[in-house]
Amino acid sequence: MTGTAFVGPDTPSAADLANCIHCGFCLPSCPTYLATGQELESPRGRLHLISALHSGRIEATDGVLGHLDQCLQCRACETACPSAVPYGRIMEDARAALMANEPSEQPRTWRWRTFALRHVLARPRRMRALLTLGRLYSRSGLQQAARGPLRRLVPARVRRLESTAPDLRAAPFRRTGTLASPPAANTHVALLLGCVAGEIYPATHEATVRVLDRLGCEVVAPPEQGCCGALHSHAGDADTARALARRNIDAFEQAGVDAVIVNAAGCGAAMKEYGRLLRHDPHWSDRAERFSANVRDVLEFVAARGVPDGLGRIDRTVTLQDACHLAHAQGIREAPRAILRAIPGLELREQVHPDRCCGSAGIYSLVQREMSGQVLAAKMAEIEATGAETVCTANAGCTMQIEAGVRTFGLGADVRHVIELLDEAIRAGGYSSPAGPTGTGPSQAGAR
Amino acid sequence: MTTTTLQALVSDLRRALGPRHVLDTPEDLIAFEYDATIERALPDVAVFPATTEEVAAAVLLARRYGVPVVPRGSGTGLSGGAVPVNGGVMVVLTRMNRIVEIDTLDRVAVVQPGVINLHLQEALAPHGLTWAPDPSSQRVCTVGGNVANNSGGPHTLAHGSTVNHVLALEVVLPDGRIVNLGSRVPDAPGIDLRGLMVGSEGTLGIVTRATLRLVRASESVRTFLAVFDSVEAASEAVSGVIRRGIIPVAMEMLDQEIIRIVEPRIHAGYPLDAGAVLLIEVEGLAEGVAQDAATVEAACLEAGAREVRSAEAKAERDALWEGRKAAIGAIGAAAPAFYLLDGVVPRTRLPAVMKQVMALTAEYGFRCANVFHAGDGNLHPNIMFDPAEPDAERRVLALGEAIMRVCVDAGGSVTGEHGVGLEKRSYMEWVFRPADLDAMTMARDAFGGAGFFNPCKVLPGGHGCATGHAAELAAVMSDPRVYV
Repeated sequence: MTGTAFVGPDTPSAADLANCIHCGFCLPSCPTYLATGQELESPRGRLHLISALHSGRIEATDGVLGHLDQCLQCRACETACPSAVPYGRIMEDARAALMANEPSEQPRTWRWRTFALRHVLARPRRMRALLTLGRLYSRSGLQQAARGPLRRLVPARVRRLESTAPDLRAAPFRRTGTLASPPAANTHVALLLGCVAGEIYPATHEATVRVLDRLGCEVVAPPEQGCCGALHSHAGDADTARALARRNIDAFEQAGVDAVIVNAAGCGAAMKEYGRLLRHDPHWSDRAERFSANVRDVLEFVAARGVPDGLGRIDRTVTLQDACHLAHAQGIREAPRAILRAIPGLELREQVHPDRCCGSAGIYSLVQREMSGQVLAAKMAEIEATGAETVCTANAGCTMQIEAGVRTFGLGADVRHVIELLDEAIRAGGYSSPAGPTGTGPSQAGAR
Repeated sequence: MTTTTLQALVSDLRRALGPRHVLDTPEDLIAFEYDATIERALPDVAVFPATTEEVAAAVLLARRYGVPVVPRGSGTGLSGGAVPVNGGVMVVLTRMNRIVEIDTLDRVAVVQPGVINLHLQEALAPHGLTWAPDPSSQRVCTVGGNVANNSGGPHTLAHGSTVNHVLALEVVLPDGRIVNLGSRVPDAPGIDLRGLMVGSEGTLGIVTRATLRLVRASESVRTFLAVFDSVEAASEAVSGVIRRGIIPVAMEMLDQEIIRIVEPRIHAGYPLDAGAVLLIEVEGLAEGVAQDAATVEAACLEAGAREVRSAEAKAERDALWEGRKAAIGAIGAAAPAFYLLDGVVPRTRLPAVMKQVMALTAEYGFRCANVFHAGDGNLHPNIMFDPAEPDAERRVLALGEAIMRVCVDAGGSVTGEHGVGLEKRSYMEWVFRPADLDAMTMARDAFGGAGFFNPCKVLPGGHGCATGHAAELAAVMSDPRVYV
């Protein structure tokens, strides 16, 4: 026994760990426990491993790290926990405190992941360059061919990998500055553009801006903003997450807005936790707390303000996939449902477990392909049972994963962010934005 | 066991069950050293069989190498029953989680032991059927664990505990033989070994398949929340209801301490200023339920209830129950540590016993939260304490023992439903005479499980087992890790 495996200020607190009374109520809420029936792949088991790492009873072997890596960080266990164990932050802290070791002591398997997160995801230009390559592939027709006529020529392994790639034909959303300024604007909000959301799902940003415009909000997008750092936090790269948080706090503070609007649940959850992330930084902790208090998920914001009148009909059956980081991390379940129910003609068909993870979980679907696939298969069975024509989501990662699931399992449903349906209903009701897009930069409006 | 012997056992197990289904590294095994109590002990190896034959193979190998066998389900037990105090082979049954058959006309279900209680209930619901045992941990505990502990739950009051709802069992015996006990039709001829097996906590055999008796879900259900100023008044109402000739399906009590812990977190709808609340459920045919409901309400008001709220909508009922089922877990957020007791007394003695429990708790200087099955006199005092305080553990254990004494002196017993396991075995001598315990020991030994199948559980004494409850627990508790 060699002493604790954890180093640095992010070491999980003994008080957090002591909250777990081992009742096991979390087990059946955990997608990886459901898939394996294995205590080591359950929240209670992982907490016990983290406690043992903390006390130095065990070392961070590849086996132990493997169990920590299997965690989706969906935080469904927090919803199930009667004892209020803050599992999500314990897991993030544990990963960060392992990564705070000397490089030679850091988990080897985690290093390349950290490298990619630090040097690509956190760098908008590199990220865009990468996605531009993807866009060329999509637009060239190769992607359609690989999925259609040439399907048989593609080796099965490549085909499986390819089927998870998003369709990047739509023009990206890269506008910054003032995105909407309705005539009698009474609220000023800023929009987080995110690292990949605007590149892959521009329609979500466009819909968000139009809905906020309809609600009388002036919408700005500070150009200095960047990636929210959620994936870095999840992976234990707390230092990069803190650097990204500081940049965003600076950027959004300068905009002087009433609320910071986020349309990706994972980003919103992380930004609501900036206060905690920077709690040890005397220069930033207060600012971070204030910033976090101002962050709103777009659905939370819209539901609180009231869904606008005069919505047009959308005759469609939909099912809602609760984003884990909206339902479990932010505790927001009713807002998306209230919005969907307000749309005339729309029929909401609930899944048996609408708040069970789809297996996307940030980069999880890339680094834990086998388990991600198992979790996705269970989710697709639930979605298929609803017979819904559209799957509604509230997070870009979920959208990407469920789109891949729909393709793989041949469901024929389309996948849309809730805000896109609301936007569609507003426009079907005959409302059109008087302001129109006014931002700077390459402007690519247009619905999909 | 020497390292070489252990390695030989592990490789034999790997050959029998497949390498993926045998764990032997220390960092993997620590996830199998606990249940929901504070007891801890490491197995030497953990196996995950998928079939009855694999269970039998693991038992035979353990026997050949002379190491104990301890079965485990979801690990939610409340008496240390699945904690392998003498190490050995832990047989984890969570992979055997198939519902084999549901016969809606004969009202029989056949399941593997690893099926989660709630998953079975969910599969039965569309047929209008239910399996009566409903422990508060039902969303996670397994049917195998329910059988091993003869589990109860809120609805045990009307339906009886697990033993009344098991028709037949397939069991692997300590000699590796696979036997079938009981029968699918009622009243199997011969000696009722099925009844003996239920509640034997893995000391006689390992259940690999259970044939369960199902009941029809009731046509009509009414749940009441009755609010009282004191535990005494609520206890009086319990007796008043029974006196009027009604056995509700459930009568659960929560005292003020637990209400103030659970309500802010679960939002069940319990008034924060209540001295105690009773959760009462009546069910049956619609006409009968209406009549019973009126009687229950009258009895509660007569005992001094300040409010009796009736919940008919499912969402409201579910919220009331959610508070009850999550109550014990919620204590974890309110105190650094707590010690959950399980005692049972005759219903009529409830008011007097509760008074004594509260007086004792105050005398020892602890806070105690009570949430329990009042209808059948099954107490669950939760003593909250801070292990960092000097001498806290010894005093908690002494208090626990004093409370158990009160239960026994009142004509009750040391466990209502959690099983005896490790925690209660030395109390058995308070309840049974030596000859009574000898009879149980003879039955166990006849199966060949002594010192082999879940050793040091249920019965006091035994080779290589620690003696004296306080001594056993104090040894475990002196290790600070048990609280993290």
